[in-house]
Amino acid sequence: MSALTVRDLTKKFGPVEVLKGIDLEIGTGEFIVLVGPSGCGKSTLLNIIAGLERQSSGMIEIGGRVVNDVAPKDRDIAMVFQSYALYPSMTVRQNITFGMECRHEPKSKQDAAVADVARLLQIERLLGRKPSQLSGGQRQRVAIGRALVRNPLLFLFDEPLSNLDAKLRVEMRMEIKRLHQRIGATIVYVTHDQIEAMTMATRIAVMHRGQVQQFADPDTVYRYPANLFVARFMGSPPMNTMRARLEAGNGGPVAVIGAGRPDEVRIHLQRYDAAASFVDREVVFGIRPECIAESSRMFTGAAPIIVSAPVEMVEPTGAETIVLLRLGGEAAMARITPDLRPTPGACADFALDTRRICLFDPETERLIT
Amino acid sequence: MRKLSFEPSRVLIYLVVSLLAAAYLAPLVVVVLNSFRSNQEIAQASMIGWPKQWAWSNYAAAWSGFCVAETCTGIRPYMLNSALVTIPATIISTMLGAVAGYAVSLWRFRGDSWIYGIVTLGLFLPQQMRLLPWTVVLRDIGLINTLTGLVLVHTIQGLSFTTLFCRNYYAAVPHELIRAARIDGAGFFRIFWRIILPLSSPILIVTVIWQFTHIWNEFLYGVTFTTGQQQPVTAALIALSAAIADIPQHGVQSAAVLIAALPTLLVYFFGGRYFVRGLTAGAVK
Repeated sequence: MSALTVRDLTKKFGPVEVLKGIDLEIGTGEFIVLVGPSGCGKSTLLNIIAGLERQSSGMIEIGGRVVNDVAPKDRDIAMVFQSYALYPSMTVRQNITFGMECRHEPKSKQDAAVADVARLLQIERLLGRKPSQLSGGQRQRVAIGRALVRNPLLFLFDEPLSNLDAKLRVEMRMEIKRLHQRIGATIVYVTHDQIEAMTMATRIAVMHRGQVQQFADPDTVYRYPANLFVARFMGSPPMNTMRARLEAGNGGPVAVIGAGRPDEVRIHLQRYDAAASFVDREVVFGIRPECIAESSRMFTGAAPIIVSAPVEMVEPTGAETIVLLRLGGEAAMARITPDLRPTPGACADFALDTRRICLFDPETERLIT
Repeated sequence: MRKLSFEPSRVLIYLVVSLLAAAYLAPLVVVVLNSFRSNQEIAQASMIGWPKQWAWSNYAAAWSGFCVAETCTGIRPYMLNSALVTIPATIISTMLGAVAGYAVSLWRFRGDSWIYGIVTLGLFLPQQMRLLPWTVVLRDIGLINTLTGLVLVHTIQGLSFTTLFCRNYYAAVPHELIRAARIDGAGFFRIFWRIILPLSSPILIVTVIWQFTHIWNEFLYGVTFTTGQQQPVTAALIALSAAIADIPQHGVQSAAVLIAALPTLLVYFFGGRYFVRGLTAGAVK
């Protein structure tokens, strides 16, 4: 059964079209992350799914029921907000039971539900406190508890971790993922953080300018980004993209970066038949930073191509060294082993993993192969 | 300990400030002193002077004995009138303003900013302009010369201010709070009652103090829409001075003025710090 179906959904604020025909089909038990830069329409989409805002046109179905004109409280959803939105004058217990109180559920049922949720989230000790007496992580836990107690068809999360500090964010990220695995709920989760998207989602919907750019599982989004926007948005540091010229070669095309320059880089591509029609044309050449490494690196399955390139800058992060270099005059980032620190200004040899290179059409910006 | 410095410029500043303060307070001092002086004493000496004997009888006379417009009850019934107008009008206008401010700040509906604009426009209309329309309204609904009529006028005229203040306070309430409550299934009034109102005490104290002071001290509506026994104390005080125009009774008059001013002074003394605190109270976290 599909838990949520969104069909041809649009939203206009006056003359501004913030959502331009969104289509999503989400199965029961999926963890969907809507990710995109601020202003891409992801929060608006979530609010429309929740019923807090009205769509301009299109259809929304939750659990097989069309809910276009159904009030938020009757959509069988629960939502967790960025600011937690805990009711300041109520205790944690009252915060959790407020929804049930509104639905006139008996006190005994409320108490049992609070006890269950409090045990699950380990917030039993906090039940008598006010939100102002809680830390950020505790508040977020209570906000999640308030959603869980509803036991809805659909959970909506609106950037729930953005107000937490980095360490806590990682902890809560794992906790939410664990929670999802444990209770098997269907979740739609909005974030601008692509790492949250990669780590938690079963499928990611990458949004930009009111449209879904790609809707696929994290590996596909990462390895085969549908277009240049997705390629540059997902991943940290993002995919290196540079202009290149495709030439015919033995057993496959050759990508030439900085064609005609003395330092031009020629990369022989194998199994890139789909690019045949782009031979002798310009393409955008995309390579992930982790596919450029120190020259001694062995990539499994294929012998790397070794290129010599000038190093511009070195950023040691501890776990690895990020190197800003020039390939055929174009800037690129490489992730090399932390032990190596190439000298800026000098040339160094790098190994290129050519199996995961992406080629994009420079006009449509779509993935060729 | 800090050394006391006697710089000439500082002395000058204090001198000027003290003179201004004295000038500002002089009328109050004269009224307070006169309220303790007998009539003969004021008549024989002058309006300004120290009481030879402290005459408390002025207060008793002003409170319950003196004759105003042919009835000798002092200002007591008029104080009661003022209370009967001020207390309900303060409470009702504050509550309505809180609901209205909540609606225009935290709910989106067609024409919300227009409604807010029109309501607050009331702040800028001169009081005299409203007299005639109100006279017609009160006459038509049969509430002219009644305390209920005054309650109505003050409640509605007070809405501009109470709505303005509450709206600005509620503007700091995060909208996500309302969204969360809507998903929980709470409606307009439940959200107000359970979530917004418990956050509102700072601003409610401000509006109550403001409304109480203004309605109690209000004169023009009182003197226009009521006569005789129905007048609030501010209007009655004028009748009092008219009644004693022939034989000046400055002692009683001063005492009456001070009694009439007492409720708002008490509100100021006990609530003043909440007033300032409430005005500067910011976001609700």
